Amino acid sequence: MAAHTDSPVKFQYHDIDQQNDTYIIGMWSFMVTEIMFFGGLFLIYSLYRGNYQADWYKAHEHLSWQWGGVNTANLLVSSMFMALAVRAAQRKDRTSVLAILPVVIGCGALFMAIKYWEYSTKIQDHLYPGPSFTTDPAMVHHANLDHAQLFYGLYFGMTGLHGVHVVVGMLIISVLWLKWYQRKKIVTEDFIPTELVGLYWHFVDIVWIFLYPLFYLMPRPYNLIEGGH
Amino acid sequence: MSTTVKTPIGNVEPAKPRLNYLTNGHSLKTWLLTEDHKRIAILYLISVSFFFLLGGSFAGMIRWELMSPAGNVFESDAYNRIFTAHGAIMVFLFLLVAVPAVLGNFCLPLMIGARDLAFPRINLLSWYLYTAAGTLILISVVTGGVDAGWTFYTPYSSLYSNSNVSLCLVGVFIGGFSSITTGVNFIATTHRMRAPGMTWFRLPLFVWAQYATGIIMMLGTPVVAITLLCVVFERTFQLPIFSPELGGDPVLFQHMFWFYSHPAVYIMVLPSFGVISEVITAFSRKRVFGYHFIAFSSLAIAFLGFLVWGHHMFVSSQSMYQGVAFSLMTFLLAVPSAIKIFNWTATMWKGNIHLNSPMIYAIGFMGLFLIGGLTGLFLACMGTDVHLTATYFIVAHFHYVMVGGTVMGFLAGIHFWWPKMTGKLFNDNVARWNAIVVFLGFNLTFFPQFVVGWMGMPRRYHYYYFAPEYQAFNIMSTLGATVLGIGFVVPVCYLISSLFKGKPAGDNPWGAHGLEWQTTSPPPTENFYYDPIVTDDVYDYDPVAEHEQYLERQRQLGAQA
Repeated sequence: MAAHTDSPVKFQYHDIDQQNDTYIIGMWSFMVTEIMFFGGLFLIYSLYRGNYQADWYKAHEHLSWQWGGVNTANLLVSSMFMALAVRAAQRKDRTSVLAILPVVIGCGALFMAIKYWEYSTKIQDHLYPGPSFTTDPAMVHHANLDHAQLFYGLYFGMTGLHGVHVVVGMLIISVLWLKWYQRKKIVTEDFIPTELVGLYWHFVDIVWIFLYPLFYLMPRPYNLIEGGH
Repeated sequence: MSTTVKTPIGNVEPAKPRLNYLTNGHSLKTWLLTEDHKRIAILYLISVSFFFLLGGSFAGMIRWELMSPAGNVFESDAYNRIFTAHGAIMVFLFLLVAVPAVLGNFCLPLMIGARDLAFPRINLLSWYLYTAAGTLILISVVTGGVDAGWTFYTPYSSLYSNSNVSLCLVGVFIGGFSSITTGVNFIATTHRMRAPGMTWFRLPLFVWAQYATGIIMMLGTPVVAITLLCVVFERTFQLPIFSPELGGDPVLFQHMFWFYSHPAVYIMVLPSFGVISEVITAFSRKRVFGYHFIAFSSLAIAFLGFLVWGHHMFVSSQSMYQGVAFSLMTFLLAVPSAIKIFNWTATMWKGNIHLNSPMIYAIGFMGLFLIGGLTGLFLACMGTDVHLTATYFIVAHFHYVMVGGTVMGFLAGIHFWWPKMTGKLFNDNVARWNAIVVFLGFNLTFFPQFVVGWMGMPRRYHYYYFAPEYQAFNIMSTLGATVLGIGFVVPVCYLISSLFKGKPAGDNPWGAHGLEWQTTSPPPTENFYYDPIVTDDVYDYDPVAEHEQYLERQRQLGAQA
């Protein structure tokens, strides 16, 4: 359809509204699949945490809630900037979009840097599961070593998978930035693509909002409140 | 949609032959980088057929091995790898993909009057993901094989198996994303791409079935993806997730696996239900009986399908009360399936039935699926299931559902839409006889397995020297498998030969209803020359007029010959 090449409306759609509606429903459907995807891991987490509350509480004390908190704040700030970018896209304010999106990417990079540092210290402390897992009970605050290993298995698995999503998000935002930079009509004429990229980024953010309390901020279980260890 | 009003733009009858989707570009590049849903469907058809014949050849090896009580050729280890290859290839590369990705891809946009699926590039991506998945699984099979069974139960798959489990699982994982993208695409397409006037209750039942399938793909596939990824994590990154020696729960794997893999049965069979609804209606020349019931039973199956996974685990560690709940839900699930069978039967009643090959496949489907469904009730019942678990009764049951359901539906659909896809008529007489051969061969293969399973023959064993009385049944089964194999190869021959020798099909060779029959065969790249507007109900057949038209067409065909 040669007549359509200049228009942001793709060949299969009648008009821009249909295209936008379809993009929105497609993206939300994809979000549902992502929720189910992470949901499997959250299910495993809840079962094991229910089984081994005291051990997991002890093991979690080795994680730095301060650095996790910094990262949480960092992601929340990045989400705010993403929302500002979407707002700018709605106003067709190209200069602002081009200025704001790199801040979002920068927040993502900062998140990954802190995560990298956290992982390195855990691995140095022999807290990565497997044959090299620590045999020193003090390292896991006297939790059962096997159950602590399960805890760290899910810690690395879930935060690692989340990290992959952060990196993918940074790549997608870079592509979006490039399209704005190139003045592609698909993004400049119409804010929906920017909004949907923002939706993905907010999703990645929200997953972390769940991961942070689940791994870093566990409440002391009842059987540890009195007597303690 | 007997009276669909069109908005003509230009000539109604084109003076010179226009390009259709097959002739619009001949280079390999125009095929491999196509965004046309019809071409992607053809790409899928070729790859899916390849994997079907490959998976079938592994089935042949299994049947060969089981002819003698001592096992004919293979050692236990080789046999484990063969049945795993058969299961993994058939389930992940054929059954889950065949009907939605080939027939759904081809027909869904045509049926709702759209120019393409909502996301054509993602559609192409899904084929590449599928190809990558197929390649990885193929490599894992060729370079030593996988011995964990297609269900990959932990802790065997995660801790003990030394075969190519990780590679195969990565393949299945990628294939899962092919399925997810297809599902999301179908859902967005059904919601937003319908032609003006194509209301939800004018949608062909095939579209309803694809929509329900899309929901299952969207909700279920990610769960199995993460489950299998956890096994890969465990094997390659040593992250303990299901490891029992550390306090992990290997049965949790089974729960998560079947949470998807039971609904996956409906990913396999719901699209076939859709095909059967179309075929039965078209060849009975009659409005479908209970349209709303069939449409909503698809959604009910999609919903209830998520609540019955525990019936795969009656003999696992799950509690008896859990088992009772799952058993009840499973019995409930028989209701929407039965609604469909009853409605198809009622559609045929007093219909003007034409026994063309798609109809014979469809009737065969109903018979086989009925047996598969009813024997499912034996297995839904906890008492009998304990006796029948892991016997050939189960094997026969799910082959009746999957082969008798999905493959028969796939064949019915391929025969039904082949003239639309290629613009050529195949030899319908050969096809009719072949449909009967498939039906008989299938029953000869799998009915003896019910008997021998009831007698206690365990599945996944490559010998039964302890019970030589099983041999007669196994020989019957192998004989049937040979007949069935012929029945699967013959269509490949006459369908391909129709491409070269077939008569032109015309727009609507079967006299069927639906938007897809109102465009040319093969359709143009943009599907319709005019934007269709739907003003009439679906399946609005007028039996008398239809029959006269049909006779007229037959006379014309006779005159041409």
